[in-house]
Amino acid sequence: MEKRVTFKGIWLPLLLVLPQIVITAVFFFYPAGQAIWQSLFIPDPFGLSMQYVGLGNFEYLLSNSYYRASFVTTAVFSILVTLVSMGVALYLADRLIKGPGVYRTLLIWPYAVAPAVAGVLWLFMFNTRVGVVTWYLGLLGYDWNHVLNGEEAMGLVVVASAWGRISYNFLFFLAGLQAIPRTVIEAAAIDGAHFWTRFRTIVFPLLSPTTFFLLVVNIVYAFFETFGVIHTITSGGPQQSTTILVYKVYSDGFVGQDLGSSAAQSVILLVLVGVLTIIQFKFIERRVHY
Amino acid sequence: MMLNSLIMAMGIAIGKIIISLLSAFAIVYFRFPGRRLFFWLIFLTLMLPVEVRIVPTYEVIAGFGMLNSYSGLIFPLIASATATFLFRQFFMTVPDELAEAARVDGASPMRFFFDILLPMSRTNIAALFVILFIYGWNQYLWPLLITTDPSMNTIVMGIKQMFPSGDDVADWPVIMATSILAMIPPVVVVISMQKLFIRGLVDSEK
Repeated sequence: MEKRVTFKGIWLPLLLVLPQIVITAVFFFYPAGQAIWQSLFIPDPFGLSMQYVGLGNFEYLLSNSYYRASFVTTAVFSILVTLVSMGVALYLADRLIKGPGVYRTLLIWPYAVAPAVAGVLWLFMFNTRVGVVTWYLGLLGYDWNHVLNGEEAMGLVVVASAWGRISYNFLFFLAGLQAIPRTVIEAAAIDGAHFWTRFRTIVFPLLSPTTFFLLVVNIVYAFFETFGVIHTITSGGPQQSTTILVYKVYSDGFVGQDLGSSAAQSVILLVLVGVLTIIQFKFIERRVHY
Repeated sequence: MMLNSLIMAMGIAIGKIIISLLSAFAIVYFRFPGRRLFFWLIFLTLMLPVEVRIVPTYEVIAGFGMLNSYSGLIFPLIASATATFLFRQFFMTVPDELAEAARVDGASPMRFFFDILLPMSRTNIAALFVILFIYGWNQYLWPLLITTDPSMNTIVMGIKQMFPSGDDVADWPVIMATSILAMIPPVVVVISMQKLFIRGLVDSEK
């Protein structure tokens, strides 16, 4: 896409892009370069010298069972968050496509709640000592303790992360559903197609661009923005059962002060995000042809 | 803490909108050497959140002496391309005739920008502002790292500070009150500007 009409001048446009380029260079490219550079070294504990180790940090990470476990944790976590938030959102969007706007407002506001705050709220409900839900579960004879039980901890962070995300997915699914012509669905209904058949053969295929877009965006969300949830609820525990990759970058780099390893982890994440971005753009390009 | 959060959120929203309006304008309406290069440089930053490059970015900020300062809170989060792309897409839909007419009438590029382009982008700017305000307000990891001075803490990260260490009993009433305070501003923004918010969300992420 190019504009037919343009203005003349070389210095003015350069001046106009300058602020963004400077900020991007200083706070983006330089740190990213630093991360790649540092990932090749191991600094001594006092930060006085650095020893070149080549790809040693990466080799160490990939053979480290904790790091590999963190990969699996991240995969499980992001798949669960994505499925839960998208599933609930699609169900709600389908139910509420014609409902009054009040429902929409009620469903939208959780988007404004910071992941960290959402984490605190859920932690309060499931607190082992004062939590309301814990108390009711106790009445039912179930002893909830996410501080000791890794699976319960995972469940709690998944629910807390997915909760805030439902409103986002809901809005996109709602827009997608509203774009599907009612006549098509009516025609299918007259031909005797049941709800499930209609959904499977008409609604879902027509919704697939939205679904695919949300899939990528939600995975990226689960990878990075859920840091606040994890940090407030479990701090990666118990026994690293909720330590996702981003949390490990933080805990190794800032808490453990293992800068070389943390930088190498950043680089691995950079590559992962890069791949996700490429997938998304391939998809956007394809959608343009529709 | 509320004030710090407000300054940070406003700074990120306004700063991002200004620099991306300018660079989108330059990229769409001018042909200058390095245009493609700049475009791709900005493009590369599109999906990379600050969480990925925290340690080196922290070192940069520390090197500038910007720890515990508003500029340290704001600048690293401005370096992202979503807003630039949104404005670029929008400028592309502005009819060519407008720029042509402005040029025939002898208006300078900046005059065209301020008198025609800016008023036309008003809704987009407002929609984007809503999204960016929430984004800025809800930042957690970054303020957690670079503000060690309690007077610079933002409210969202301040909540975590109220949790006791070890086996102390948490003061839940205070923590919950703070959570409510941290939630109110962005929730009010979303609910009162629902239309703009939905528009900003759907536009900026696609």
